[in-house]
Amino acid sequence: MLTGLTIHELAARFRSGAATPSQATREYLGRVAALDPQVKAYLTVTSETALAQAAEADARFAAKAPRSLLDGVPVALKDVFCTRGVETTCGSKILKGFRPPYDATVVSRLREAGTVMLGKLNMDEFAMGSSTENSAFFTTRNPWDLARVPGGSSGGSAAAVAADLAAGTLGTDTGGSIRQPAAFCGTVGMKPTYGRVSRYGLIAFASSLDQVGPFGKDVADAALLLQTVAGHDPMDSTSAAIPVPDYARALRQDVRGLRVGIPDEYFIDGLDPEVEAAVRGAIDTLRGLGVKTESVSLPHTEYGLAAYYVIAPAEASSNLARYDGVKYGLREPRARDLIDMYSRTRGAGFGAEVKRRVMLGTYALSAGYYDAYYGQAQKVRTLVLRDFQQAFERVDVLVAPTTPSVAFTMGEREDPLQMYLNDIFTIPVNLAGLPGLSMPAGFTQIGLPIGLQIIGQAFAEATILRVAKAYEAATSWHERKPPLETPR
Amino acid sequence: MPGEPKITMGDVEHVARLSRLALTDQEKERMRRELDGILSYIDKLRALDTADVPPTSHAVPMTNVMREDEPRPSLSQEEMLANAPERIGEFFRVPKIIEEGVEG
Repeated sequence: MLTGLTIHELAARFRSGAATPSQATREYLGRVAALDPQVKAYLTVTSETALAQAAEADARFAAKAPRSLLDGVPVALKDVFCTRGVETTCGSKILKGFRPPYDATVVSRLREAGTVMLGKLNMDEFAMGSSTENSAFFTTRNPWDLARVPGGSSGGSAAAVAADLAAGTLGTDTGGSIRQPAAFCGTVGMKPTYGRVSRYGLIAFASSLDQVGPFGKDVADAALLLQTVAGHDPMDSTSAAIPVPDYARALRQDVRGLRVGIPDEYFIDGLDPEVEAAVRGAIDTLRGLGVKTESVSLPHTEYGLAAYYVIAPAEASSNLARYDGVKYGLREPRARDLIDMYSRTRGAGFGAEVKRRVMLGTYALSAGYYDAYYGQAQKVRTLVLRDFQQAFERVDVLVAPTTPSVAFTMGEREDPLQMYLNDIFTIPVNLAGLPGLSMPAGFTQIGLPIGLQIIGQAFAEATILRVAKAYEAATSWHERKPPLETPR
Repeated sequence: MPGEPKITMGDVEHVARLSRLALTDQEKERMRRELDGILSYIDKLRALDTADVPPTSHAVPMTNVMREDEPRPSLSQEEMLANAPERIGEFFRVPKIIEEGVEG
């Protein structure tokens, strides 16, 4: 079964001639047809173009001229990325039917590398959520237990990788939306440094926090995908003109002598004991590999969530002003005038969570409240950033749980604040613009994956990947597959 | 002000107007309750003394990013209009903008 292989294993078979991109693509499409009715990771499957792209890749391998290490590899994308001519909804009714006239930069880079696009993946509407329950279309299921959520907002991207419904995927992370679903689904997911990957063609949620990143079946796959999409883009003025190192090389370096910080504030009351035990076990494993560990303090951690829920909604309320029923997407008929058309369209097109955040952001930015909420949150953001800067004077990376709990059941968290609290360990990293990765570090007694988070200094993705690879090589969690069965 | 609601129905209606969001009565009541809870949580930010702390708008320092002003191809008018819910020829069509009795 080619679908069970990692990207680097699959690519090796393409190079040796043991398999072709068309064979792999057909196997993936077959598995999606058989299993996605249960997992519900895909919003759109682009079978025809995938098979055509695979045939082109076949020809390149036959001519011994593959374009890259990812040539012919079947991948899929969170529905937040603009894909030319392919419906892009961002999980929202307001964009139903929208066919972008251009590709996001990351989509172009994957195309240029020769990858095969299998389709677009489910997500919480406008990337606002932690479970995919806010998708306007349906909830994606956790492949390890179909009654549970896959996490979010990039839940489709995580579930697709975990269930072998794509070789690798891309998602976005504004407050944990790559790392939290990676933890819940037992995959590797990485949020790069703000500016490392172009946001051009990514449908904006909170522009100072949003970042694109990969999901992979193992650390090497995540590194390969990051290598392909990272780097400066003239179309995104916030993308960094900082050279991208060779991540494959970083994976080969050992970790002896690296300094690993363990933030006290990430081991708090309310942390699931099974999660804590697994993360402490991972720290012991790393120590066994020769890293030096020490406790560090990030004293403003508990304020991160509150600052985020001012800053992210404020930016969202501005970004989402563009959905007005004029240029694309939904328009409500029967309006009295232009303003009435805007209000009805937005009232009908946005779901409850999006409305809540637009309202919250507008309130925080409105006259009389701006300084107390938005101004104060930006100052607290500075304090959160300084916490990390001080910690990184002493250590190379930080290691912590990704989430306080494992995957919860659908419908379990109806109160929005309870849902937000799920992201307390991932949000500070976004506020500080730092890179972070989640990878499997064990399973609960009932078989649910537990995520280990590794946080690095700005633009030091290579160091994170190096630690992650060393831990992975010493463990076998990434080899477990969820117990999915093809229906008869 | 513990105990006092942070946000009234009047606030909800005002912010919904600013947000250009048509909400049903049921949505408004739920919104009032939920925003009240979230804002009470956010209030913990006030506990921090930030008098000498500068604000951060972007975590990665950034100044104006300039490029050469060179002409290059852009998307065609047809591509830009292709997703419009309503159009007239080469224009986006919208409901009337000027209120009754105001024109002239």
